[in-house]
Amino acid sequence: MGYGNLSIGAVSITTSLSIYFGLTYMLTNYGFRFDIGWYLTSLTPYMWACIGISLAISLSVVGAATGIYSTGVSIVGGGVKAPRIRTKNLVSIIFCEAVAIYGIIMAIVLSNNIENSVLDSVISKNYTAGFKLFGAGLTVGLSNLFCGIAIGAVGSGAALADAQNSSLFVKILIVEIFASAIGLFGLIVSILQSSGARISDKN
Amino acid sequence: MFLDVLFNIDNGYLEGLVRGFKSGILKNQDYINLVQCETLEDLKLHLQTTDYGNFLANEPSPLTVSVIDDKIREKYVLEFQHLRNHAVKPLSKFLDYITYSYMIDNIVLLITGHLHQRSVQELLPKCHPLGMFEQMGAITVADTSASLYNAILIDTPLAPYFIDCISEHDLDELNIEIMRNTLYKAYIEDFYNFCKELGGPTGEVMCELLAFEADRRAFMITINSLGVDLPKDERSKLYPRCGKLYPDGLNQLSKAEEYDQVKMIAESYADYRPLFENVGTNPGDKTIEDKFFEQEVKMNLNAFMRQFGFGVFYSFLKLKEQENRNIIWIAECVAQKHRTRIDNYIPIM
Repeated sequence: MGYGNLSIGAVSITTSLSIYFGLTYMLTNYGFRFDIGWYLTSLTPYMWACIGISLAISLSVVGAATGIYSTGVSIVGGGVKAPRIRTKNLVSIIFCEAVAIYGIIMAIVLSNNIENSVLDSVISKNYTAGFKLFGAGLTVGLSNLFCGIAIGAVGSGAALADAQNSSLFVKILIVEIFASAIGLFGLIVSILQSSGARISDKN
Repeated sequence: MFLDVLFNIDNGYLEGLVRGFKSGILKNQDYINLVQCETLEDLKLHLQTTDYGNFLANEPSPLTVSVIDDKIREKYVLEFQHLRNHAVKPLSKFLDYITYSYMIDNIVLLITGHLHQRSVQELLPKCHPLGMFEQMGAITVADTSASLYNAILIDTPLAPYFIDCISEHDLDELNIEIMRNTLYKAYIEDFYNFCKELGGPTGEVMCELLAFEADRRAFMITINSLGVDLPKDERSKLYPRCGKLYPDGLNQLSKAEEYDQVKMIAESYADYRPLFENVGTNPGDKTIEDKFFEQEVKMNLNAFMRQFGFGVFYSFLKLKEQENRNIIWIAECVAQKHRTRIDNYIPIM
């Protein structure tokens, strides 16, 4: 389809612009202006922490939504000729919903760590906390996103297989349990990352 | 090619529905019950316990085989049209492609009927309902293929397939068969390219099925033209080029003059060698068409093993057609009380 040409166009424009700007900076002796460290510390820790929180909840919800619609339409379609699958397969939807719940738990936990801070002496501790909260939010968001996609694909197959042969459902459910475990891993790592990270005057 | 999860946004419900329809296809046990029927009323009773239900309830007795045929076809046509009505692109385009082959058959039916002096009113009910298009009744006014194209077919989706068959010759029996095969060749190559572009599970499943169909057409055209006065280069222009036989097998087939040469050509292709073994025309042997049907059923059942693809829609329609042929074969044997070859149906599941 046209997507192939569009993505080739986007990638080539991006690459050529980066090469152009990189060469301009280098050859005009202004290379010191390309300073990643300056960029990281020029954003306040509040910005980093709040972006982390938003990524935690929004990416988790995208993953859960993908899973729910993937599985839901297959349950509806398969349930037309095999109505017995409708109740049993709601378990797949519950697994997807759990992914969204991990996201909201982490978002609440992370947002409790932000307070107002005016002292100059605690700036470096605040920056540490800001980066940690950003990392924690990104971790849980991305892992829940892919967990939701995986549960959706497996749940859809489980619904259609159950419609043909009811003994298959329990076996495919075991695959789904492993798929939902990866979301849990993201939650655990994220809690470890954000423990002790606090933006406040009391640091 | 798109991610598997994006497939379910537009097509998940319809795939679930088609798999439900497929689970209602008659199993071996049902066929064993049907074969034991003594009359068509028994057949109707046995079909009531299957997915067909009371579809013959309102028909006046005595039942005839053609009534049963019409009602069976009506059922799966209704299911297909339901799917088509709910589909969006690209599934809607895919389902439209499937209907083009029935349009080609309808056009040829109408022209042949007109040649034999039958009226349009008589012929229209015999057309396949999936291949209907507007201006069907006007087909009979054309007598050369050029006027047929300019007047009617240019507005139908079959217009691009006519490039190779426009000529000023009058439409007579031989030319109509050549026209049918040329149209079908253009159609199947176009369909093959469309599926290949879609890629993913659809491309993989459909390209295999369409390659088999193309090769089957090539073999049948060769076998059927062995005694007929058709020049070799004309014959080779009718072979679809999207199958496994292209290019070497098709070259050899166009030079074949006897059935044994065709069999020898098939021997060098592992897929087609077993189909030509043990074939004969004695009672108790299978014919080559039966063997092709069996292979087609096997490949269509395999298409259901892939999720997130469109192959299931095509295979569902083909399996229902095969089931239709099976039930009508059994019904004819029962109605004529000629039960020696009643077991010659092709078992599906």
